[in-house]
Amino acid sequence: MDLLRFVTAGSVDDGKSTLIGRLLYDSKQVFEDTLASIQRASEARGLGDMNLALLTDGLRAEREQGITIDVAYRYFATPKRKFIIADSPGHVQYTRNMVTGASTASLALILIDARKGVVSQTRRHSALTSLLGITHLVLCVNKMDLAEWSETRFNEVEADFRAFAGQLGVQEVTVIPMAAVSGENIVDRGEHMPWYTGPTLLEFLETVETPDHVSHGALRFPVQYVLRPHTDEFHDYRGYAGTVASGTVTPGQEILALPLGIRTRVAAVDRFQEQCASATNGDAVSIRLTEEVDVGRGHMLVDPAHAPASATRFSADLCWMSDTLQLRPRQQLWLKHTTRRVRCMVESLDDRLDVETLERSAGPASFGLNDIGRVTLRTMEPIFADPYAVSRDTGSFILIDGSSHQTVAGGMVREVLAQAGAPA
Amino acid sequence: MTTETATRGARHTELDMLEAEAIFIMREVAAEFERPALLFSGGKDSIVLLRIAEKAFWPAKFPFPVMHVDTGHNFPEVIAFRDKRAAELGARLIVGSVQQAIDEGTLTEERGIRASRNRLQTPVLLATIAEHQIDAAMGGARRDEEKARAKERVFSFRDEFGQWDPRNQRPELWSLYNGMHIKGEHMRVFPLSNWTELDIWHYIEREALEVPSIYFTHEREVFERDGMLMSVCPYLPQLPHETTFVAPVRYRTVGDMTCTAAVRSDAADIRAVINEIAVARVTERGASRADDQFSEAAMEDRKREGYF
Repeated sequence: MDLLRFVTAGSVDDGKSTLIGRLLYDSKQVFEDTLASIQRASEARGLGDMNLALLTDGLRAEREQGITIDVAYRYFATPKRKFIIADSPGHVQYTRNMVTGASTASLALILIDARKGVVSQTRRHSALTSLLGITHLVLCVNKMDLAEWSETRFNEVEADFRAFAGQLGVQEVTVIPMAAVSGENIVDRGEHMPWYTGPTLLEFLETVETPDHVSHGALRFPVQYVLRPHTDEFHDYRGYAGTVASGTVTPGQEILALPLGIRTRVAAVDRFQEQCASATNGDAVSIRLTEEVDVGRGHMLVDPAHAPASATRFSADLCWMSDTLQLRPRQQLWLKHTTRRVRCMVESLDDRLDVETLERSAGPASFGLNDIGRVTLRTMEPIFADPYAVSRDTGSFILIDGSSHQTVAGGMVREVLAQAGAPA
Repeated sequence: MTTETATRGARHTELDMLEAEAIFIMREVAAEFERPALLFSGGKDSIVLLRIAEKAFWPAKFPFPVMHVDTGHNFPEVIAFRDKRAAELGARLIVGSVQQAIDEGTLTEERGIRASRNRLQTPVLLATIAEHQIDAAMGGARRDEEKARAKERVFSFRDEFGQWDPRNQRPELWSLYNGMHIKGEHMRVFPLSNWTELDIWHYIEREALEVPSIYFTHEREVFERDGMLMSVCPYLPQLPHETTFVAPVRYRTVGDMTCTAAVRSDAADIRAVINEIAVARVTERGASRADDQFSEAAMEDRKREGYF
């Protein structure tokens, strides 16, 4: 059985939590004691006898305010597939939490209220998920019951959204009319929209094919940890533990060790008491090399014919996430990319993206909470990066403030640049 | 080239993906922290966690001790299992004792018939973490267990008082975990965050892992309280109307005897347990944890104080 990770986003009051509650409830993933507890909570709050939104809003503050603040992860399985939902807040103030949820998803559900149609939040959520490399968007046109189940209204909303998604360059868009409160087109079809002949939401989720997050087959193996057992049985063992980020690694294969620049060969690929014929992206293994080289954490074993750039200067899209610190040129931060942590400096803030209009304004003076834009960064030591569009694992990084140790930004490598002063 | 094609063609199962993710997280912890520890209670989730540790560092031993907070009210079968497993793996076992803290007068026992040492675990856990200067405590908690846990990060930051601040969690993007902290602060790390109860049992079956006997059906002297079956034991006073009877039961979770309830079951092996859970209509914590029933946000409140 395979696993589909998706993120959900919507504006306040679009019924996102209700939709997820419905998805879990109708696919019989909600247990009796959970139902009893939300029933008690619903009654205590005067929300009627069963408010499905309380299934997902788990924190005290969320229940008090009736909104989602942080990502909640939900799990459910049907006989066809296993799902991980990153249920993300829609409120602009919590954009960074939505970005957290979207960073590991392959598909996004965007909710809108059929009466309101495409609003600024819809555009922002679509732009954010698309920026994070999600190629499949599902627009859930909710509250069709309050729009008289109108096909005309649905068609208007769909046309609006497709026009915007076209601007974003999203490859796959699916639009489904529904009423989460009564469950229409979530798991079961219902009887109010005979004009809709497409799949229900669950049918769609069970069958959709999403692409891998890596579009090249070249080996990238970030070294996490060096295994030196020092036991009698494994006296001279030296294995490089890590997870294959892309490509395949096979015994005998030639590799290039970065940043050393040494070419050597793979002696063995070990995985708990056995040697593997090969390992591919996602496999957590330990690699032994034929020669003794001084490889350590933060180094990368790569395909010599298709090596990543050793970048000390690059442009990136950045989501700024700190509510206390502003980002300004010349600022120094820690940068974590794969298993490597290096010092970096902000050379310039190149533009800021308005995620609602998709317009970029050049030369912002600073970035504050939830600002998104293009920056040029320089690092003290090289990172071995691919563009994010090519590979999520080797194209993503985070920035960490050296004094508070807070994660202050998520970044996506766009393009490796020549060193300042060097010919381009 | 044939092997390459074969491997590429083979889809990873969801268990392979969850296992690889957990191994990755554990290796990040070993690499980024100076004094990590693995919380091992002898329960099913921490048994899986220990297996992940074996796999992540093979052929070396995992580079951290295992740690347990013993309330003194644990099931004897589980404590015996804990000691046996730690000895088999040659792991150093650190035990924080609630009983000792009570004897030394640093903690006060709760009173009344619902008295439990559940809350007393938190100060002992924090003291043990401080005493051994643990900077990362890995636990087997899963997000599907409980609604506050569903919101918690894989790397969950704790301030110098050991508190969790749910409104101010570090953003956690991709698989780029930020372990940076200053001395006195620490991290709780949950490598099994994305596993469900069924995944745990499927994995135990696949890896043929041993679990304590109380996970399988056995005859036990029990009495009913608040709709739950509690084991007769010296730590749990019974009210006059709470009559003792013998029933075939098993445990879905393993905690303190005073707050962990048994469920009626005939499941005698792992396969039978899996079949039972697959059709269960009550969550594991709902079926067997009295400590979560106090209020709507009982877990969130305990976590804020520094609970697992």
